[in-house]
Amino acid sequence: MDVGAAYRVPATELNVLVAALDDAGYAVWGPTIRNEAVVVDRLDDAGSLPHGRRTVQAGGRYRLDATGDARVFACVHGADSWKRLLHPPKVRLWRCTRDADGALDFAGDEPPEARPMAFFGVRGCDLAAIRRLDDVFDRAAAPDPVYEARRNGLFVVAVECAEPGGTCFCASMGTGPQVERGFDWRLTELDDADGHRFLVGAGSALGAELLAPLALAPATAADETARRRQGEGAVMGRALDTAGLGEALVARRESGYFEQVAERCLGCTNCTMVCPTCFCTTVEDTSDLAGTTAEQHRLWDSCFTLGFSYVNGGTVREGGPARYRQWLLHKLATWWDQFDACGCVGCGRCITWCPVGIDITAEAAALRAEPVP
Amino acid sequence: MTPLADLVRAHPFFAGLPAGMVDLVAGCGANVAYPAGGYVFREGRPADRFFLVRHGRVSLETFLPGRGPRVFQTLGPGEVVGASWLVEPHVWSWDARALDTVRAVAFDAVCLRGKCDADPTLGYALMKRFVPILVARLQEARMQALDLYGRAS
Amino acid sequence: MTAPPLPLTVREVVDETAEASTIVLDDERGGLAEPVPGQFNMLYPFAVGEAAISLSAFDAGRLTHTVRAVGPVSEALRRLEPGAQVGVRGPFGRGWPMRRARGRDVVLVAGGIGLAPLRPAIHAVLAEREAFGRVLILYGARSPADRLFIAELESWDARDDVDLAVTVDYADGGWRGRVGFVTALLPHIRFDPDHTIAMMCGPEAMMRAVASKLTARGVPASDVHLSMERNMKCAVGTCGHCQFGPLFVCKDGPVFTFAEIEQLLAVREI
Repeated sequence: MDVGAAYRVPATELNVLVAALDDAGYAVWGPTIRNEAVVVDRLDDAGSLPHGRRTVQAGGRYRLDATGDARVFACVHGADSWKRLLHPPKVRLWRCTRDADGALDFAGDEPPEARPMAFFGVRGCDLAAIRRLDDVFDRAAAPDPVYEARRNGLFVVAVECAEPGGTCFCASMGTGPQVERGFDWRLTELDDADGHRFLVGAGSALGAELLAPLALAPATAADETARRRQGEGAVMGRALDTAGLGEALVARRESGYFEQVAERCLGCTNCTMVCPTCFCTTVEDTSDLAGTTAEQHRLWDSCFTLGFSYVNGGTVREGGPARYRQWLLHKLATWWDQFDACGCVGCGRCITWCPVGIDITAEAAALRAEPVP
Repeated sequence: MTPLADLVRAHPFFAGLPAGMVDLVAGCGANVAYPAGGYVFREGRPADRFFLVRHGRVSLETFLPGRGPRVFQTLGPGEVVGASWLVEPHVWSWDARALDTVRAVAFDAVCLRGKCDADPTLGYALMKRFVPILVARLQEARMQALDLYGRAS
Repeated sequence: MTAPPLPLTVREVVDETAEASTIVLDDERGGLAEPVPGQFNMLYPFAVGEAAISLSAFDAGRLTHTVRAVGPVSEALRRLEPGAQVGVRGPFGRGWPMRRARGRDVVLVAGGIGLAPLRPAIHAVLAEREAFGRVLILYGARSPADRLFIAELESWDARDDVDLAVTVDYADGGWRGRVGFVTALLPHIRFDPDHTIAMMCGPEAMMRAVASKLTARGVPASDVHLSMERNMKCAVGTCGHCQFGPLFVCKDGPVFTFAEIEQLLAVREI
């Protein structure tokens, strides 16, 4: 559905929106600052949002600076992403009890929060990332009760980025900085001669339904112009040429270039943890000392670990080059075969949080320039 | 035409061999038979022949002290047995044993090597037939050496 | 993942070789969907963990799995006693092309434990023998003592509507059968390459060699099928472990055509 009529909310009244979600029965989550980084946490009040800060990001570097104003969405994201709330880093899948006769009884996972979740402040990149995760679980051979329980009833408040981060390249990936669909509400923060305010529009019937009783003032034509200018003026930190990229990378999958990247890559798995679309997991089986109760948990895993591809007494992807290739080609090439989309949404987190600053946009471009072996 | 020439002409190993060469080759051949369990040749003895098996199966084996005979190949009707006649020092590398009653055509190595020296085109015609068999056996032997199937029972 | 495992009772465990055993589970209540040949289940011995184990036979109410002991889960499965329970999820995966094989010659090539996932295909073919052309079964094992399903091999050998050839990599003096690598059997079997479906399972290097020889003989690569194996945790395409290039072995496979994977098989560490 096209974004409905836009409203304007003075910055000082932003909490009206948060409170409306709380009243509607949602557990609201949003960005906040902790230990000098942007994290996602329960949002009780708009006052907890990151006021007056911007992120300074580069390969292997993350700092928060002061903006000198009261903007709450001038910073982009941190290492945390909304993935953690939909696809938990650790979750119990089932518990099994064994009785004296050896009979087994299995019981399903722990119930999630009783209230459905509302995500307040989802950037375009992360909005697209949620859709990527939807695809993964939609196309699985069986439904995933863990993801479904958390995804069903999710209310998404997207926010457009006025100041993309130093490693951002959502524009290249078609995921931002402005968004037109896939949300319930869309926020655009404006701070100019007309004052510090938010534009909010509904992107779904439910979003419109929750906005209506708030009796907000309508946005003006000047507001719309300011929003459009903000989009045009957004400066990306990075760029990635995606034309034919998947095919170009697959054609070069046996290139010696991967050895070069592997010399820098520590296999630390930071990139896969901070990536909002990486979905790989493993299972962990535990039991009590008495041998009567056992549990299976699901944990985030990373294709960079040696055990990831262990089979037949050995690891298929033993070398660093093979493991980096797996991640890069999955993200930018084979994700297309699997899910009809690019696995990368251009958030730049992997560049920022790589301890040695390996830059996916630079590596993709460098590989493209290599001869086909 | 001797019956041996007919056998040579009909055998897939010699398919396409010109008529004159058929006679040359047949001239070095003789029908042989081995009882089940009998040795066709022994490791270390002069490799003075090669065999075209017509009936029965031959096992190639070696004897491991403390472990007994170890078979690593069986060959049956239509197959060629014996490669050591081609290369110095012309000594058998393995034991060959008849698993069943074996009937074969044995070709005398000295006779055939002499005819190949005299007529290199005959030599080349025989090499073209031997080499693919040896290459295939080398490939199979390497696969066996890789020990792909797992721990031994 | 999926719903939690279903507890099924062990009916019997039979040791096939020094490292492989067959485990028969009771599913008389039909808690799981009907499997097709080539599929696998995730088996959970209590408190140890889950492993993907091929279904080596199935009929009304009984699920038979053959496992090779390669780690703690498979070791624990081999030590199960009748009456014990095991958690089962499944059946998973794309199975053998039984429908496409109808009316054609069927060439089945197994190496080592690979005979296990092929056995249900053999059972399906023999259950409707007249629906298929020539049936050729080639089986390579490490040694005579490492053969699976020995009694059943003998019953297949006794049939005159099935061509069975068994070979071992090496044997001691008492073995009266063939010795040599399984590819050595191929030149001796007769089938129509234009109307054949080939199915194979075994070590990857063996399957590459067999598939190449079959296509060299004129069987289209899309008619040659291989069962692949990779690390599996979820078995439904969400844990990511079983990826083989763009393919999830658990849900796009484990059966693939040679046409689909020939290029991938040649890429190291993919």
